Amino acid sequence: MKLSITNSSKQTIFLFLCMGAALLFVGFFQSWNLMLAILNLCLISAIMALGVNLQWGYAGLFNAGIMGFAALGGLAAMLVSKSPIAGAWQAGGMGVLLGLVVLIITGILVYLIWTRYAHKGRVRFWYVVIIAVAGYVFSRYFLDPAILRIEAFEPSSSGYLGGAGLPVLFSWIIGGILAASVAFFIGKITLGLRSDYLAIATLGISEIVIFIFKNEDWLTRGVKNVTGIPRPVPYEIDLQSTLWFQDTTQLIGLDLIQTSSIFVKLCYTGLFLSVLLALLWLCQRALNSPWGRMMRAIRDNETAASAMGKNVTSSHLQIFVIGSAIVGIAGAMLVTLDGQFNPSVYHPLRFTFLIWVMVIVGGSGNNFGAILGGFIVWFFWIEAETIGNMLVYILTLPLAEGSAIKNHFINTAPQLRLLIMGLVLLLFLRFSPRGLIPERTPHK
Amino acid sequence: MIDVANAITLLANYIIVPSLAYGSQLALGALGITLVYAVLRFSNFAHGEMMSFGTMIAILMVWLFQSIGISIAPLPTALIALPFSIITTIFLLLILDKFVFRYYQSQRVQPVTFMIVSVGVMFFLAGFIRFIIGTSKKNFADGERFIIKASEFKQMTGLAEGLSIRTTQAITVIATLILVTAIFWFLNKTRMGKSMRAFSDNEDLALLSGIKPERVIIVTWMLVGALAAVAGTLYGLDKGYKPFVYLQLVLPIFAAAIVGGVGNPIGAVIGGYVIAFSEAFITFAYKRFLTYLLPDEWAPDGLVQLLSTEYKFAVSFVLLVIVLLVRPTGLFRGKTL
Repeated sequence: MKLSITNSSKQTIFLFLCMGAALLFVGFFQSWNLMLAILNLCLISAIMALGVNLQWGYAGLFNAGIMGFAALGGLAAMLVSKSPIAGAWQAGGMGVLLGLVVLIITGILVYLIWTRYAHKGRVRFWYVVIIAVAGYVFSRYFLDPAILRIEAFEPSSSGYLGGAGLPVLFSWIIGGILAASVAFFIGKITLGLRSDYLAIATLGISEIVIFIFKNEDWLTRGVKNVTGIPRPVPYEIDLQSTLWFQDTTQLIGLDLIQTSSIFVKLCYTGLFLSVLLALLWLCQRALNSPWGRMMRAIRDNETAASAMGKNVTSSHLQIFVIGSAIVGIAGAMLVTLDGQFNPSVYHPLRFTFLIWVMVIVGGSGNNFGAILGGFIVWFFWIEAETIGNMLVYILTLPLAEGSAIKNHFINTAPQLRLLIMGLVLLLFLRFSPRGLIPERTPHK
Repeated sequence: MIDVANAITLLANYIIVPSLAYGSQLALGALGITLVYAVLRFSNFAHGEMMSFGTMIAILMVWLFQSIGISIAPLPTALIALPFSIITTIFLLLILDKFVFRYYQSQRVQPVTFMIVSVGVMFFLAGFIRFIIGTSKKNFADGERFIIKASEFKQMTGLAEGLSIRTTQAITVIATLILVTAIFWFLNKTRMGKSMRAFSDNEDLALLSGIKPERVIIVTWMLVGALAAVAGTLYGLDKGYKPFVYLQLVLPIFAAAIVGGVGNPIGAVIGGYVIAFSEAFITFAYKRFLTYLLPDEWAPDGLVQLLSTEYKFAVSFVLLVIVLLVRPTGLFRGKTL
């Protein structure tokens, strides 16, 4: 990266300073705790936006299933960090493993027959159907009783297999890998076909991932949630009883309980910031490498790029998998921050389409833009609730106090932020399609 | 013999009747999506919310009629609210066309940009609808609930299995028949319909032969608005109205359109029924069915269910994936109107 200060980088710095000022404003006038809570989610949103920007900004791929990849990352955080439940494993671990092995073998067989017997025509299709159904039924023979036994094992406290009991930070990588493998599967099927198919298939897989997480209690405890995911940072309670921490707060003259909470959040901020910076550095390197130039060339003119001997489909697959992996990492970080895994929190409007607003508003094709978009949109997503409430308050002033209509609109006011975000997205697409920090094109 | 009759009644009651109704709703939705695709050439993610908007208007009108005492019992009041819902939805789509979609049409942007625009519209409509009507479930079906009750059917035939047909299911199927026939008549027989098909087949050639693109697009949005309002209202009438369900409904509707062949109206209708019936057949528990047909000693212990009902939506996704792998153009060659 060259350090010459051009007009556009002046604008970038200015916009980031504005964002910092807005956060400081929250810190001074509301509370530092709230400010750090917003900042941490801003950082995670920025990472997701970075991943989506890879797919959309570099390659022009429309991923409508960000929610699913984030949830897969979240699952990884839970599976890696929770300690295994020995009783449940004894009750049905073997059966589940056998069932999964049968499923995997079926998958491999189906793949082999599909690729090897291409010359057989229609017969191939029916072979594959028969093997798939038979394998599925056979795996259910192992899975069903095992799942029943696992879910019956202390259902109020566990009722699932638990995890691997490893440090939670490790899950950030696993989350990325999990999301990447699902992305590979989806991309393999839909890339190379019309561009809408990728969007629809990702939309579908993200809904299904959530359905699976809600219903497969042996894996995720379903809607009963997994709480108490171990933290990578100290607990407030421990800090408050640590001697050096007590001494330091006393020395500066701060409130012990508040400071401990701020300290924990700062630790998270540090972790998230380092991940964000590392990913940003990698993305910048990729963008300015021959690989990045090839991606943009494909995006701008597919026909010309493939005439130059570039394999469009496999390049798209690469960048789609990488982008989804980054979303998976962010999803794992989000669950780590929350300390609980709850499949019911994943809503497409919040997890898929809000990220899209971030990328479009920030500036597609520019990593700094995506990060800025993540910060601004998340900030306003939080603040839009206040704006919506104020709007409703003003609009309903003429109505009588306590009237049914007024109460109804006060209750539904939080929904206004969806409307505001939709409007923001439409206005940006129309009047500033290149976003706040546009892509830098050296040749124009 | 009685056993066979019982088994058939069981299938009819749990699979055929509900799937005909659900399939009709999907068919209408998919027809709307496919029309947008054929003429405007993009996948409309906002279609679910457009359906939801139509349903919301119908519910508001039903409340109004109920409060001033208008009803057409035994039929549900929603039927007289439907024309208002259709007109309002068409009006909304024409406004959206004028202020949102028209600009991109004139810029001839890529389909993927259109998709993102439709996502923005979806977001906006979702917020608007939830702001007006709230997020809780609303039942607005009134009038006679059943045409045939299960108990009456049992008395009538003396079978152990009952067959119930709800009024809403019958209305759904009849309304779909009428609407689909009308649309096909319009597309095949009228001058405007022929212009739409020409425009879909070859835009430049259509422009050259004097077809006005503005009029084709406006008529398309009007058809889509009518289809969305009817499909949404029928779905809400049948299953109860929950705003967030319409977002999930987009997936089976897209699947129906793609399985049938995107851009092909006949394919969209058939695709709707294919999706609905496969969902029902795959998530049905065959235990009782087999108990009737098989000799007693072969009767199954388990539920004999391929997939639990929660994974209904997964069925449409799997079908979608299979079609994309085996025959990406869909059952009926897509992209012709």
